[in-house]
Amino acid sequence: MILSLKMALRSISSNKMRAMLTMLGIIIGVMALVVLVSLVSGATTSVTDAVNALGNSMLTVTIADDKGCPVTLDTLDEWMEEDELGLLAPQISDTLTASGREGSGSVTVYGTTPAYYDIQGLQLAMGRWLKRTDIDNHSYVCVINETAAEELIGYVDCVGEAVTINAVKYTIAGVLSDDEDSLTAAFSSGSMVAYVPYTSLVRLSATALSEVTTFYVSAPEGSTVELTEAAMTEILMDRFDDDEDAFEVTSQDVLEDTMSSITSILTILLGGIAAISLVVGGIGIMNIMLVTVTERTREIGIRKAIGASRGTILLQFLMEAVVLCMMGCGLGIFLSWSILQIVNTVVVSLNMVFRLNGGVVLIAVGFCFVIGVVFGLYPANKAAKMKPIDALHYGG
Amino acid sequence: MIDIKDLCKVYLVGEERVRALDHATLHIYPHEFVSIIGPSGSGKSTLMNIIGCLDVADAGTYYLDGLPIEEYSENQLARIRNQKIGFVFQSFNLIPKLSAEENVELPLIYQKVPRPERQKRVKAALERVGLSNRAKHLPTELSGGQQQRISIARALVTNPSLILADEPTGNLDSKTSQEIMDIFHDLHAQGNTIVLITHDNDVARQASRAIHILDGQITEVTL
Repeated sequence: MILSLKMALRSISSNKMRAMLTMLGIIIGVMALVVLVSLVSGATTSVTDAVNALGNSMLTVTIADDKGCPVTLDTLDEWMEEDELGLLAPQISDTLTASGREGSGSVTVYGTTPAYYDIQGLQLAMGRWLKRTDIDNHSYVCVINETAAEELIGYVDCVGEAVTINAVKYTIAGVLSDDEDSLTAAFSSGSMVAYVPYTSLVRLSATALSEVTTFYVSAPEGSTVELTEAAMTEILMDRFDDDEDAFEVTSQDVLEDTMSSITSILTILLGGIAAISLVVGGIGIMNIMLVTVTERTREIGIRKAIGASRGTILLQFLMEAVVLCMMGCGLGIFLSWSILQIVNTVVVSLNMVFRLNGGVVLIAVGFCFVIGVVFGLYPANKAAKMKPIDALHYGG
Repeated sequence: MIDIKDLCKVYLVGEERVRALDHATLHIYPHEFVSIIGPSGSGKSTLMNIIGCLDVADAGTYYLDGLPIEEYSENQLARIRNQKIGFVFQSFNLIPKLSAEENVELPLIYQKVPRPERQKRVKAALERVGLSNRAKHLPTELSGGQQQRISIARALVTNPSLILADEPTGNLDSKTSQEIMDIFHDLHAQGNTIVLITHDNDVARQASRAIHILDGQITEVTL
């Protein structure tokens, strides 16, 4: 076995140019397979991470029909007492005009309660978040993001300054840091955002109602989103006469599931195309192996005359085909690694890291081996079946 | 040693049936140096292929060392060739990519002889043909006579029952031919059985017995 491996290596190295050209098909096939799949899985990982950073343990509830039994802030407070539910926070939003000492512009204003901060995983740069008393007193305080602070006031450190939203004067209580890594920031980058007490926005906006129609729920410590979702659904079914069309509970998992099914389809599709090019490479190997067998007919005759059995000859040529394939595979994987390194340095700004995907490397190695055996078998068998006298007298 | 009785072999050349061997019968005893002589087309190559277990006759019986050759499968014949017969060909038939010693080593690899033993036997065989100093050379770097000596070493290395030489001097000048013949004489003196096939009377005469073949029939046995 080791000897036939040595013989195969020798015979390949005796014709390097041809071996290289033969391997090219396999190299390109392996590269296509490994690079494409690694790119897809790298992109998937970074998008999934971004989605997770959004707050994975969060449910969104929207109420379409309250059946004369509207959900209010007090209802949410009651539900927050339930063991199966974590924090609950309502959200209403409106786009309003705001102005400060430096400028003015259109601001997305969210009306909510203190729990919102933890559910959404927000980060304060300075100042404080909305408090319970702000809600109870319908206070005109707001928390704005850094973009809004810079555009309206002119600088970030603006706690205590005033902004006018829809002709009402609000005091800035805190400034949120723009978290550049999160997907929210990516969606809302450059836009101005302000958070005000729920009760205060109800007064300010023509469209905002005191009934809560959208709210967020987080899972309590030690529980899962699934359990929370079930509990929330049960409570809502109870409230709305078992009418499941009256409300909708969605979790981030849905988004994740959709995305993972898209990427797995993409992976299979690209992998399939790459596999086809590998098969084409295998045909190239078979072609060259057939030429090699014919060229070396006399050698086969000599080996048979001095006692090589069919099996020995078969193994020798099969080994050569497999070694060719595996060398091509190794080179292909190395080149893929190099390409991914280059991609990483080029797209460093995209905040994505592409690594060789271990699974696909294993698949590539296995697939190449199978191709080597399958496409090597026919030429090797042709060699093994030669009659010693015919082979010996071939070509003089 | 070799016991051949009523051996027949027919080839189809186009439409015509050619009787390459026609009821050939011959015996060769251990430690003999026999030459088989005949003009081209006389059937001597066919006889040599059959004696060498490279081909099987259509009819008749052939016993080599008491083994009924025509009853064996292709792989069994390969093993018999490997263990019992050492071939020396007219065109040397060395594998061009392998060095002299690797060529000599090859039949031992097929016998699955362990490596240290292989190296010892290869060295001894090369010494016997006087080419120890050329062990690492490729066949293309050697002269015709040297190549033929390497192929004799390859035939010897397995200690075969029979050394079968097919026109071993056919491609060599008369001086190197004589050197090769001297090696055969030495081997014969050491107790090897040698069958030498040739069309050259001078070469044939050097054997202890010459068998003439013509039109597929053994015509004459001269001592």
